[in-house]
Amino acid sequence: MYIAVGEKQGVPSEKLTGTIQNDILKEYIAQKSYIFPPEPSMRLIVDTIEYCTKYVPKWNTISISGYHIREAGSTAVQELAFTLADGFAYVEAGMERGLDVDSFAPRLSFFFNSHNDFFEEIAKYRAARRIWAKRMKNKYKAKSPKSLRLRFHTQTAGVSLTAQEPENNIVRVTLQALAAVLGGTQSLHTNSMDEALALPTEKAVRIALRTQQIIAHESGVPNTIDPLAGSYFVEKLTDEMEEKAEEYFRKIDELGGVIPAIRKNFFQREIAQSAYRYQKEVEAKQRIIVGVNKYKTEEQETPEVLYIPDKVEEDQIERLNNVKKNRDNKKAEENLADLKKAAQGNENLMPYILNCVREYVSVGEIIGKLKEVFGTYREDAIF
Amino acid sequence: MITEDNKERIDSLISKMRAGNQRATGRLLTLVENNLDAAAYIIKKIYEFTGNAYIIGITGAPGSGKSSLINTMIEKFVDAGKRVGIVAVDPTSPFSGGALLGDRIRMKRNFSINDVFIRSMANRGQLGGLARATKDLVKVLDAAQNDIILIETVGVGQSEVEIFKSAHTTVVIVIPGLGDEIQAIKAGIMEITDIFVVNKMDFAGADQKVAELESMLDLNEKYEVSNPDHSLIVTRTQGWRPPIIKTNAITGKNIDKFISLIEKHKKYLIENNQMENKLKIKYRSEVLEILKFRMTQNIEALIYKNPEINQYIDKIIAKEKDPYSISEEILLKFIHMG
Amino acid sequence: MDKKIRIIVAKPGLDGHDRGAKVISHGLRDAGFEVIYTGLHQTPQDIVRSVIQEDPDALLLSILSGAHNRLFPKITKLLKENDVDDILILGGGIIPETDVAFLKENGIEEIFGPGTTIDEISDYIKNHIKRRL
Repeated sequence: MYIAVGEKQGVPSEKLTGTIQNDILKEYIAQKSYIFPPEPSMRLIVDTIEYCTKYVPKWNTISISGYHIREAGSTAVQELAFTLADGFAYVEAGMERGLDVDSFAPRLSFFFNSHNDFFEEIAKYRAARRIWAKRMKNKYKAKSPKSLRLRFHTQTAGVSLTAQEPENNIVRVTLQALAAVLGGTQSLHTNSMDEALALPTEKAVRIALRTQQIIAHESGVPNTIDPLAGSYFVEKLTDEMEEKAEEYFRKIDELGGVIPAIRKNFFQREIAQSAYRYQKEVEAKQRIIVGVNKYKTEEQETPEVLYIPDKVEEDQIERLNNVKKNRDNKKAEENLADLKKAAQGNENLMPYILNCVREYVSVGEIIGKLKEVFGTYREDAIF
Repeated sequence: MITEDNKERIDSLISKMRAGNQRATGRLLTLVENNLDAAAYIIKKIYEFTGNAYIIGITGAPGSGKSSLINTMIEKFVDAGKRVGIVAVDPTSPFSGGALLGDRIRMKRNFSINDVFIRSMANRGQLGGLARATKDLVKVLDAAQNDIILIETVGVGQSEVEIFKSAHTTVVIVIPGLGDEIQAIKAGIMEITDIFVVNKMDFAGADQKVAELESMLDLNEKYEVSNPDHSLIVTRTQGWRPPIIKTNAITGKNIDKFISLIEKHKKYLIENNQMENKLKIKYRSEVLEILKFRMTQNIEALIYKNPEINQYIDKIIAKEKDPYSISEEILLKFIHMG
Repeated sequence: MDKKIRIIVAKPGLDGHDRGAKVISHGLRDAGFEVIYTGLHQTPQDIVRSVIQEDPDALLLSILSGAHNRLFPKITKLLKENDVDDILILGGGIIPETDVAFLKENGIEEIFGPGTTIDEISDYIKNHIKRRL
């Protein structure tokens, strides 16, 4: 849709910059916003990568994510290993499609979590960069230095923030943001203090923004690349995380790769076990959450909370209906039919999807059509 | 014991269930599972309405693709206009006594509520009573006018053998590669299986698995004991060699053939007068179970709770009498048969 | 056989955040309950159907997407229409304090927010289950 808007405004797709998340493997593993089964989903992703490599070369085609994996309850090592395993799966899928690795690898990007354990998180980012560079060079024979770079965005851990005494979350987010910066993140999202209550208020967002700005402009921390390099502790942690990640890579290989491992519920089981263990540690007070299981206040203030009125939904539905009324419905139908036919074959679907959105076909309609071909995915319950 | 009040409530639930009210069916299932007195009252009342459903037992190890297979079976049955009831049994944790009942989540979502009724059950340690409860749940679903009832379990233990006496056709699912199943086969599957399904047929080793099963069946036939008492115990259909069919439950390969095998078995049962034989085995063991359960309850109540027993135990401790003699005395004095 | 406490844990709506629902399900299983987890993306009709067929003692609704004021009353209304009026209905997830009164007026007995322990929930259920046999 962005490409189509660009066209309408006279901006060629070659000039567009930006990032889409588009990491389906982590959906089966953690976020659960999947629709189709794994195989057709991977096809759509490689279609996107292939298309953008040719026509939208400045676009980051994917944001390979560990954030959601961590939020679902994984440990830091699991976040590291599962995210990179997904990344390598995408590299292999692209190469299977016949793409030269250096043509698309530079535009793969990553998205990590920043959780409470300060030094563990820093070590995690460093290990990620090292593992990626080594494998891209040695296993996938990437020649361009740009293919060896692991560029990543970080978001502070939503799941670590508390509903009790929300102002404490400002402190948590600051530490987590600092860890991300010291770990070398390219971009950063700081959560708002009312994360555990609702969508953030304007005030809460402002404080989160200021947190970043203060680190960026007042602390001096961003002025040096990898300032903790050489620290005996951080280097040791980095080595350990790399080793443990490699153990996971071996296990995943034994299971036949990422998609077979997903179908065998390997990741989901690991995450569910870690999540359960975490909760038991909290309840046993082996893991302290200040203000929740230790240092509690009797009085809890009720903070201001953001409300989204129902009208927002009604307005959007009305807008959508108007679009559908005013478009050329014949062309919309035709393009959808073409999309379905192409989906049943092997062609790259991006041009067909583009044709649809140019005629104002909606996301829902496109997905509905693709569902007819690809079916839907239903997960097992893994605890 | 059931109060008059409760009887009225139960009667009302029964008429609602017969009229198609699923909430009433759900409530009756709970009563039947958990309260033996209620179960007796209910089964007495609904028994005349049972006997119409065709009952299929289906089991397989975790990972055998049982849920996918069951989903496709249900789809076929619903497409053919049948109403399907499912009793899905999952293991109870031996540590906590709790259970995660995970079969409902695996069922496809687009079945209409009136076409498919799913009821999850925990095996509660497989102690006496599981088979009784399962069979009674099946009777309720039968009386609720389901055309086909699936009893779904995991594994093939003593309980499964018992439960599947209630089934007309018993299906066991295996997959290529898992060698341990053959051990399980030695344990109990041979007694109960009417159809073997080798699912995930596109995996390596499928044909080998079929061959293994065929040779086990050969072995079994060779040593089959023709023994009048044997027929009381073995539920396997006489004169029917269980066919082995390869399937892929996800792509649907051979599913139609599989369904027609079930129909073939049903036809065989009817044409060869095996139905009555099956029913004899089924009800003989049900009556035995109910009697055992009732008696165990009564005897336990006597020995653990009746203060008169204390003196008998004291005599054993004082070495006046031995446990066997005391038991004989108690039997004569306290326990009335009938 | 002792009657175990039988519960359904359900996630209504499009919310895919199932960490809490799964941890609770696991924890309540360990506390001796029989737990049916419905999985994700349940419509109110899906959930009501599960309740009707499984006849649990309690229904636990988990939602973190903010749609609780819309979805919970829909569910409780549908349950009432289907003669389900004697089970314990609880809610959990991200539900602001200020919404709790409204939800309680609409059939939810209690809300368990972030920081709740598994024990708190299992104790509450054990103490508030209605005797239905």
